[in-house]
Amino acid sequence: MDTILEILSAVIREAISPGTAAVAIAVIGLNLHFGYTGLLNFGQSGFMLLGAYGFAISLVHDIPLPLAVLIGLGLAFVFALVLGIPTLQLRGDYLAIVTISAAEIIRFVGRLSTLKDLTGGAQGIQGRTYQPAFVDLSFFGDGAWTLAPFNYTDVAGGAGWVRALGGLVFVVCVVATVIVGRRLKRAADPTRTAPRTGLDGTLGKVLAAVLVLVGLYALFFAMPVTYGRSGVNGWWVRAVAWTLVALSTLVVYLLVRSPWGRLLRGVREDEDAMRSLGRNVFAVKMQSLVIGGLFGALGGMVYVLASTVQPDALGRQITFFSYTALLLGGAATILGPVLGTVLFFSARILIRESARAWVPDSIMSTQQTEQFSFVVVGVALVLLVIFRPQGILGNKRELRFNV
Amino acid sequence: MKSRHHVRTAGARAVRKGLVGTMLLGLLLPLLLLVGGSSASAATLCLPKPDETGCISGTVGSRSDPVAGVDVILRDAQGADVETVTTEEDGKFSFTVTEAGDYFVVLDDETLPDGLEQQPPRAAIAGPDGSVKVTAKLGSAVSPIVEVRDQDYDAGGESFSDQIAQSVVNGLRLGLLLALASLGLSLIYGTTGLSNFSHAELVTLGGMVAYGLVNLAGMNLWLGIVATTILCAGVGYVQDRLLWQPLRRRGLGLTQLMIVTIGLALAAQYAYQYFVGASLQKVVVRDFGTTSFGPVTLTNLSFLAMGVAIVAIALVGFVLVKTRIGQATRAVSDNPALAAASGIDVDKIIRLVWTAAAGLAGLAGVLYALVISNGIRWDTGMQILLLLFAAVTLGGLGTAFGAFVGSIIIGLVVELAGPLGAPGDLKYAVALAILIVLLLVRPQGILGRAERVG
Repeated sequence: MDTILEILSAVIREAISPGTAAVAIAVIGLNLHFGYTGLLNFGQSGFMLLGAYGFAISLVHDIPLPLAVLIGLGLAFVFALVLGIPTLQLRGDYLAIVTISAAEIIRFVGRLSTLKDLTGGAQGIQGRTYQPAFVDLSFFGDGAWTLAPFNYTDVAGGAGWVRALGGLVFVVCVVATVIVGRRLKRAADPTRTAPRTGLDGTLGKVLAAVLVLVGLYALFFAMPVTYGRSGVNGWWVRAVAWTLVALSTLVVYLLVRSPWGRLLRGVREDEDAMRSLGRNVFAVKMQSLVIGGLFGALGGMVYVLASTVQPDALGRQITFFSYTALLLGGAATILGPVLGTVLFFSARILIRESARAWVPDSIMSTQQTEQFSFVVVGVALVLLVIFRPQGILGNKRELRFNV
Repeated sequence: MKSRHHVRTAGARAVRKGLVGTMLLGLLLPLLLLVGGSSASAATLCLPKPDETGCISGTVGSRSDPVAGVDVILRDAQGADVETVTTEEDGKFSFTVTEAGDYFVVLDDETLPDGLEQQPPRAAIAGPDGSVKVTAKLGSAVSPIVEVRDQDYDAGGESFSDQIAQSVVNGLRLGLLLALASLGLSLIYGTTGLSNFSHAELVTLGGMVAYGLVNLAGMNLWLGIVATTILCAGVGYVQDRLLWQPLRRRGLGLTQLMIVTIGLALAAQYAYQYFVGASLQKVVVRDFGTTSFGPVTLTNLSFLAMGVAIVAIALVGFVLVKTRIGQATRAVSDNPALAAASGIDVDKIIRLVWTAAAGLAGLAGVLYALVISNGIRWDTGMQILLLLFAAVTLGGLGTAFGAFVGSIIIGLVVELAGPLGAPGDLKYAVALAILIVLLLVRPQGILGRAERVG
């Protein structure tokens, strides 16, 4: 029982970690590229790395924080323009090859020993040289804090059954959310004439939101997590990171609901039709590439807030993980990127920790559990694309999935 | 190049923590013998005392090849000579200082044996006049890195034109091996339209299988190369049979298929790490020697690898141009529907292409592990994947001969980038940058046909 609780605790900690939030922001950007516009951007890690470098190097040189953020975003902006001009007029797979190459070039340049004074070479930039500027902004105070403050230890002396009850409520909420979500989707489906459920759209959405909130509270009630209020790896970083995730989601929601968002989908579905309607397809693609890239840069900055700027940590792998997360959650959906990223990182930790706990060392060493978890990730990506390309939240009909 | 000069390292590895203490007993005796000795300039051993004295000591020459009788001069931060000692038979010297701070250590050229000179220290520890900067602390011993080398050693080792000649040959070698792998990548793209991101893992697989057969199982190298190629071709066949053909039947889009290859690549890389580990594994342990032609020196294995690559590439070219199967393959590349309509079994051709492509990639993997990366590791293939894509795109996506030309160009660019002034770490980046520039000017590649897209 203790082992299970330890594993679950590790999973929850990973799920709410700043790193997960950072990748979620980058995946939100990728969703704009791939999900809504149909651009095969395989260089999202390059945008992240540029954002991280611009941000961290500026802070090291005592440039104020807001300006440092702008510099990071500016670099990504320029990068998107440079990438887009030669490739956006070409076929999709050229964009894929060029973006992945360009991201690698940035990583190679970052690793250059001749730039050691600026980028720290292959070693990267130590977190303590740039983090204080952000950490000192915290108004959360000192000491530790537990989420949720009122948890199972406050009821009946922290008995096991209270905890199990919390877990049960969480599971029930998840199941209920899924049911409500499916009904909502069916009701919103224009091809079905008569709504077969008694759930009105607004009521259903409110119900789903309440269920999610109650479920989350039940989760943290049963599995409270404690971190320092401020500090390098505390609640302050987490709060900012997840607030940014929420804001990014909101921005993308507003963007894709706008007429401009319909343009994006139009380009994805049929470029030639858009052209014949007199739209400037190149400009639309470029705008999408730039805006999604800015989210990537923002993700990169959040990523290095709680770790170090390490060029190899933001390599091709991160791009591939982002695609897995996006496809898991559902491309061309609003909440898919966040859900996918959280599930992706949680599932990997769950696999790794379970293998560590229950597979004997003689069969699988600690090192091998890590690799095993990545093998599973790779196979999962393959199976996902083959059997459920629309992911968890996606709509198969909307996603024709060809570029 | 390395063998032509002669660098002796002194002091670099000398004083480790705790070593001083353990050496103490053995050193006391010679110390006693030295007391009352007349030579004030002879090296006396130094034992650091906390807050009183610090030691600067080291060795001139290496432990196995020490240089005796050299005057070592210690200067203070202002550049004034503080003390001069002469190295012992074992090449050791030692200074005792009573103040912490920066000091400079330099060898007296006059006293160095003929033909030797002090090697200029690297920038981080360089002091004035070729001296070595060292920061002494009270209560501890520090060891300046004082190195000597042959006087006729010159930094480049060889003239610029010789370097270029060597790089061109190295570039051809790399280009030929890249061509082996990229031919398959290009054929797959041509016949199915798929950008196979897991192609590099087939290259790695080749090296891994060869490591298993030749190094672990002790198979003869030639036999091992042939067996690896056949095994990898088998993997290609099975892959198409079990994965790609069913997916084609399912009607999966190309983007989906591309992401499937990424998942496959990810799984394969970590599977290699899981089973073989994360370190570099040698395919052959034996040294096959080197041969020189004028300024160009290559290992004998390299000649062999280039020969094998040329034969294999020529064979593929011959099959593509002269045989019916080759014609059918090119027909499928051109227009699968039309090819099917004219009675070509498209599925069979694609199966054949996958088999051949995997075999070629496996062969490239063995040769690459033999002559370029000097072993195989889980990410060996991954590191050249983008070079392969660059080569294929450069030559024109989907044209086999374009892939060959592109590979040779990429190989030359990568190897020539260094001598022509790009920092060493950037040589791959230069190749990728060329790809991006080319797409601006001639998007269809060197040998590709212009085709309106969008």
